[in-house]
Amino acid sequence: MEERGEVRVEFDTIAAISTPMGEGAIAIVRLSGDESFSIADRVFRGMGDKQLQAVPSHTIHYGHIVDPATETIVEEVMVSVMRGPKTFTREDVIEINCHGGLVTVNRVLQLVLRQGARLAEPGEFTKRAFLNGRIDLSQAEAVMDLIRAKTDRAMNVAMGQMEGKLSKLVKLLRQEILEILAQVEVNIDYPEYDDVEEMTLKVMMEKSTYVRGQIEKLLETSEQGKILREGLSTVIVGRPNVGKSSLLNSLVHENKAIVTDVPGTTRDVIEEYVNVRGVPLRLVDTAGIRETEDIVERIGVERSRKVLKDADLILLVLNHSEPLLEEDRRLFETVNGMDVIVIVNKTDLERVIDMKEVQELSAQHRLVTTSLLKEQGVDELEEAIASLFFEGSLEAGDMTYVSNSRHIALLHLALQAIEEAIQGAEIGTPVDMVQIDLRRTWEILGEIIGDTVQESLIDQLFSQFCLGK
Amino acid sequence: MIKFEAGSYDVIVIGAGHAGVEAGLAAARMGAKTLMLTINLDMVAFMPCNPSVGGPAKGIVVREIDALGGQMGRTIDKTHIQMRMLNTGKGPAVRALRAQADKVLYQQDMKETIENEPNITLLQGMVEELIIEDGECKGVITKTGAAFRSKTTIITTGTFLRGEIIIGDLKYSSGPNNQQASIGLAEHLRKLGFDIVRFKTGTPPRVNSQTIDYTKTEIQPGDDVPHAFSYETTQYITDQLPCWLTYTNEETHTIIDENLHRSAMYSGMIKGTGPRYCPSIEDKVVRFNDKPRHQIFLEPEGRNTKEVYVQGLSTSLPEDVQQKILESIPGLEKAQMMRAGYAIEYDAIVPTQLWPTLETKKIPNLYTAGQINGTSGYEEAAGQGLMAGINAARRAFKKEEVILSRSDAYIGVLIDDLVTKGTNEPYRLLTSRAEYRLLLRHDNADLRLTDIGHNIGLIRDERHARFVKKKELIDAELKRLHAVIIKPDEKAQALLESIGSSILKDGIRGTDLLRRPEITYNHIKELAPSGLELSLDVEEQVEIHIKYEGYIEKSLQQVGKLKKMENKKIPDGIDYHAITGLASEARQKLNQVRPLSIAQASRISGVNPSDISILLVYIEQGRIAKVSGE
Repeated sequence: MEERGEVRVEFDTIAAISTPMGEGAIAIVRLSGDESFSIADRVFRGMGDKQLQAVPSHTIHYGHIVDPATETIVEEVMVSVMRGPKTFTREDVIEINCHGGLVTVNRVLQLVLRQGARLAEPGEFTKRAFLNGRIDLSQAEAVMDLIRAKTDRAMNVAMGQMEGKLSKLVKLLRQEILEILAQVEVNIDYPEYDDVEEMTLKVMMEKSTYVRGQIEKLLETSEQGKILREGLSTVIVGRPNVGKSSLLNSLVHENKAIVTDVPGTTRDVIEEYVNVRGVPLRLVDTAGIRETEDIVERIGVERSRKVLKDADLILLVLNHSEPLLEEDRRLFETVNGMDVIVIVNKTDLERVIDMKEVQELSAQHRLVTTSLLKEQGVDELEEAIASLFFEGSLEAGDMTYVSNSRHIALLHLALQAIEEAIQGAEIGTPVDMVQIDLRRTWEILGEIIGDTVQESLIDQLFSQFCLGK
Repeated sequence: MIKFEAGSYDVIVIGAGHAGVEAGLAAARMGAKTLMLTINLDMVAFMPCNPSVGGPAKGIVVREIDALGGQMGRTIDKTHIQMRMLNTGKGPAVRALRAQADKVLYQQDMKETIENEPNITLLQGMVEELIIEDGECKGVITKTGAAFRSKTTIITTGTFLRGEIIIGDLKYSSGPNNQQASIGLAEHLRKLGFDIVRFKTGTPPRVNSQTIDYTKTEIQPGDDVPHAFSYETTQYITDQLPCWLTYTNEETHTIIDENLHRSAMYSGMIKGTGPRYCPSIEDKVVRFNDKPRHQIFLEPEGRNTKEVYVQGLSTSLPEDVQQKILESIPGLEKAQMMRAGYAIEYDAIVPTQLWPTLETKKIPNLYTAGQINGTSGYEEAAGQGLMAGINAARRAFKKEEVILSRSDAYIGVLIDDLVTKGTNEPYRLLTSRAEYRLLLRHDNADLRLTDIGHNIGLIRDERHARFVKKKELIDAELKRLHAVIIKPDEKAQALLESIGSSILKDGIRGTDLLRRPEITYNHIKELAPSGLELSLDVEEQVEIHIKYEGYIEKSLQQVGKLKKMENKKIPDGIDYHAITGLASEARQKLNQVRPLSIAQASRISGVNPSDISILLVYIEQGRIAKVSGE
């Protein structure tokens, strides 16, 4: 007895970053589906009044991607326009060639998602190519494998997110909407039933405005969202004087700093965001690292574990020229089970540390040796970070990143829907029509937590109200 | 019992309730030689529960039945005692017509209609078993041994299958209203291997109108403006009877509380699952004990009877307690109870065993419709009966099946819900079950379905021509309003000012002005007359279309996506267990439901999007394999 609201699943317009996630010269956001051209037109500003829908197929066009809400320029791009069926997927395809880093490409992706495209599942372009008769039978198995693999991983992520703060908030919000919906439905289906107050436009507007505020807040504060925009949260730990600051400086100086413009966040140092071989890192609590000593010593094992648990990546620094101390061992204990790269620094000085013990302690982790002073081993470290990320070992971070992109897009759609509900109420549209947008909001929010069961509305109706005629 | 051959038909309909009569009439009108069998000829189209037809969602179903060429709307238009349009303060999508029926006249008119239908043989008889040959249904055998042969058979037995009436601690075998229950056929269906569930429903007591003190109640009159369900109705009943409203009170609730142990609902005597939307009074009092009162509607059962239906007092409490409850209610203190309320349990088949044509998957050429499929309500039954009748007749003539989509009609929603998701309580249509309800309106049932009705031969050419003309007028008027410019002249400004609308700065398109919430089509007509005398129907369509264009557009876009998924057909005979990628729950559910399209598959509970993806790939793979294998 349930129903999903997602008729959109199979044949809507999809989008994704289709170049490998690394430091390529360009990155491509690809769209495929009926609405590719119209979506692209909404964010693309070419020479004159050029409409991509009107240009000849298989041509490429220079212009800018803008945020249509503000008309601010996000990126300078070349856009390829390919009309189906002579395309990879046999559908209308748009490819937006960007040259910025991951963050910019992501913003372009976000913009097209906000205009109604859906984030493609892994392998979905290939799947469409197949379903539209573009590729042959031998490739079908591979596609099915992909879908299967994706499901398993998505399940893990879904489980993780179910406990998350976002999902809790979304659930509360949905319940709030559900109660309005149920009341409107009762008014419709039981018009003579006098126990239920008539839902008025005024009440609907108040409640919708509240919901809008909450969604806006979610968009602003959603921790998940920040990870996407700001990169993997990375913490550098180690005893005093092992070279934490040098590591930070080295990462910052070696790499292009990422300038972010996250609204509402006032960052005093932009150096906290670095792009290591295409991997966006957010160096967390670096101010603390600069001033102080040992995080564990400062706040205790348990609490520091909690702090560290939230990080996607931990860089644990040891001193090559000193023996392993109890503090070091305690650090290893603290980060057990987390994604860690162990860095033995100061190889320019004579070795005192017991490398055998270090190797034993680092059995679960990657281990690199560096002399940050002599700029040795930094390449190796960056290699380690990149491979951890791209090989999918940093799965949590990676997947959070992908599904966050989805969440943010959905939150924006929900915001749009609730705004339409409010507009409708403002001009005096009948409640059951305003209801349509409210219900859409509820369904979109449901997609975030993977729950758009229609039956729950009917259950709500019967549990909340005593119904007769 | 010696069996004898009693004749052969194209279509046999078992039962002549609201599903049965629509099924029989549809089949016969499509040219099928039809036999209708009923246990009791005096009970054709009988209303065992409330004396009303229509209401939210249900009223739209009646309109749809009419647009497809069914009977219910025509008959209730001739036999009601009152009509009301509900939800008039809301948007056009949820407006709903409801009629209070004269039960006796309704039955008489329906029986007469059937008797006058040349292709129908109406016969009293109780079917005991089906004739099954080569795994297909080939006819029926009655209790008296008569064997009737047919190409297709429709079972519409309502609550008769192993029906049992329960009043307090009394329980006895019975169909509704003390009719003979159907035991043999119920057992036969079990033997054939159908999954059966036990459902429960109930009805309130009836009281004598002369013993009601109406001064203590509130009057509920019908509408002054005439309404009709049928697009064919031209004569309206103006002489209406009112209903009356009263309330239960603390005393009523105390009586119920004190006697709860004697209610069959709470003593554990009733095992069947009842409907949540139509709770018994004891259920209401227990579950919502903070409510100081509940509404009770007093509804006359007809013009020539004194029986009054006590809406809201459905119960399985013993007769003496029912009497006490009545006496505690204002206006009913001296009420004489003419029939006691009762609960009834009955067998229903699990509806996921049906194709969307309502044919059983297990036995080809056998169809089921109405309450036997787990629904409740006359309208739900009639809608199914009509579709089963259409499909059974078309099968008999070897014609293509007719399936309504969720975006075509509430009837489509109803049948899709049943065969795709099943139901664990008696199923009632609610407007919230229709995701495209803005498109499935009372006012546009003809626009949605008349073509279908005409194509299958249930709508006559003359009516269809009228319909085509109406469509043309709507289109022309829409076009005109898109083009016409209303100038800011004195007349326009004065009219706008008089209704509190802001005055014009420039000329404005007719459509743009009509989109203002305070402007109606009549205003536009005044400022920019069309020169044609358009009917109210046409004007209404034009107004709704323009005023709600944005919302309608959004719904249409969603329907576009639905259609794409509906067009992805799933070939029959897929072994879902052989598709390795599917989750095991999905495999099991898909095997059970055997959906016809990807759209239907995606609505099955327990089938998630990745299962759908894998299914799509699998189907495509099969297609390619087939092509390359040839």
